[in-house]
Amino acid sequence: MTTSTDYTPEVMNVMTDELDESGIAPGGPGGRKRKRRSRRPSEPSGDRGILSPSDWRKPGIRWGTRATHLVLLLLLIVLGLGPLLWLAKSAITPTQDTLRTPMALFPNGVDWANLSTAWSTVHIDVQFMNTIWVALGSWIMQIVVATTAGYALSVLRPKYGKVIYGLILGTLFVPSVVLLVPLYLTILNPPLLGQSLINTFWAVWLPAGASAFNVVLIKRFFDNLPREVFEAARTDGAGPFRLFWSIVLPMSKPILGVVSVFAIIAAWKDYLWPLLVLRDPAIQPLSVRLPTLQAAIQLDVYLAALAISTLIPIVLFLVFQGLFLRSAGLGGAVKG
Amino acid sequence: MTWLRGGGLSNLVFLLPMLVIFGVFSWWPIVRSVVMSFQHTNLVTAPTFVGWDNFVQVVNDPLFWTAIGNTAWFAFLALILGYPIPLIAAVLMSEVKRAKGLYSALAYLPVVVPPVVAVLLWKFFYDASPTGVFNTILGWVGIPPQPWIQSATQAMPSLVVEATWAAAGGTIIIYLAAITGVAPELYDAAEVDGANIWQKIWHVTMPQLRSILLITLILQIIGTAQVFLEPYLFTGGGPVNSTVTVLLLIYRYAFQNSLGGDYGAATALSLMLAAFLAVLSLVYFRLTKSWSQN
Repeated sequence: MTTSTDYTPEVMNVMTDELDESGIAPGGPGGRKRKRRSRRPSEPSGDRGILSPSDWRKPGIRWGTRATHLVLLLLLIVLGLGPLLWLAKSAITPTQDTLRTPMALFPNGVDWANLSTAWSTVHIDVQFMNTIWVALGSWIMQIVVATTAGYALSVLRPKYGKVIYGLILGTLFVPSVVLLVPLYLTILNPPLLGQSLINTFWAVWLPAGASAFNVVLIKRFFDNLPREVFEAARTDGAGPFRLFWSIVLPMSKPILGVVSVFAIIAAWKDYLWPLLVLRDPAIQPLSVRLPTLQAAIQLDVYLAALAISTLIPIVLFLVFQGLFLRSAGLGGAVKG
Repeated sequence: MTWLRGGGLSNLVFLLPMLVIFGVFSWWPIVRSVVMSFQHTNLVTAPTFVGWDNFVQVVNDPLFWTAIGNTAWFAFLALILGYPIPLIAAVLMSEVKRAKGLYSALAYLPVVVPPVVAVLLWKFFYDASPTGVFNTILGWVGIPPQPWIQSATQAMPSLVVEATWAAAGGTIIIYLAAITGVAPELYDAAEVDGANIWQKIWHVTMPQLRSILLITLILQIIGTAQVFLEPYLFTGGGPVNSTVTVLLLIYRYAFQNSLGGDYGAATALSLMLAAFLAVLSLVYFRLTKSWSQN
């Protein structure tokens, strides 16, 4: 439920091709042959696009293109940045000003107290920490399940591995809505435990681990690691655990980065599933709590709470921009 | 003992986390969903098999066709609005020489906003009073205030606009990567044949993007067929059921009644949706197979 499960194998192929091209895939002699010209968007070396150098020399085309790009930039600023700037402005504007003149810039001054009220009086801080716990736990769960499974299926290769991999791939065809009700009943009455997991973080963490997308992504990455290194390590006496911990994992930092970004962002975005299993406001993440706050608190404080909730993802994005945009090529097409 | 020495035990140790997690939280729920769709389930007594009763009940629900119609309407609007915009934007952005990263970052920014925040923010933008954010902006150009999500006819388009805003950036980045990957030699060759800019876009860029365009199309349809967040948070299905979608109906069956839901009907409708999407994808890939390969 946390990550999207609507990928088809065709999509997977495209995704792993993208992996190759975005420089995330491992190189080395065991690496897959690149199907197309290796490319990096940042390389300026004589790369040309739709317009040729001679096109660029024609004044009409040059100025037309520049004008188009300027208009495009303005549109992107208004549409992409505009709503967020408005939210930032309204977070520190008194309620009456936002209601009467929503587009005016601080007609009656700035109200910084909104932010602290949202944080400590409305206790967004609790939901904030809950969100971080949800994201962290889901992340650890996904990394543990995907790396161990990917290692077993790609490197150890037991005879029955193909069957298991087939079963994992099969779940990609099942829309997540099919799991909704039975998964809810499983959390309500889990096997062996004898007590409900409702209102515990485990209700979100455990199902998050069942991400076929991650397993496929990591297994394919491991498939491309050079076998010679494994053989050399085995000859030197490394057992399967040593090989996993000291050889395979350190070589897999790029893909672990991608999976981590997906996992944390997905946990931050998730709504329906935590809404169902985290009923107690004290344990709810921001996404679940915010809609219920609307009716209960002042508008200015509510907008401040929305702004605070947006802050961490935006900061993460600005810091890890390259990783985000490269990963977006892999999974951004499907809404989470 | 050969099993042990052959690494059978360590294989199992490494597979164990996945087997347990997938078994309990993926494979078993999928099987259970099929079983439950033929059962009456409540949380007190043991489930009883009722044949096709749940399916019959779902199809006879007066909201069934409303939900399908609304979902199709959402998917259609999202397609005509959300499919061409990222493509056009990506083609234009691919020619940007300076500060290309700034363009991508701006386009991707809405994708980073948590979806719940995006919907709640837009819900405020859609305020129907004359001093609502969008109505203020419309006022600048002399357009009278609109009811937006409070009107049965405008609600669904309003939801689609927000959904497109939230999702377009991701698709733009995908297209941008694909356009950057088109071999320059192809453009060189087209120019030798005397192609102008539009002909280059139409006859070189678009064919090179064909397979990715086909995939984003079906993925978008599969995604919009399962729209939940927007109708749930914007309108709750109203006004006059104009935004009740299939997923909202499933949610209502299962979870609206706090005393325990109609789990049979919910799973039956989920499976019908899943089967429809599976058939649709199958037909789609069969139809486009020859087209995407050459």
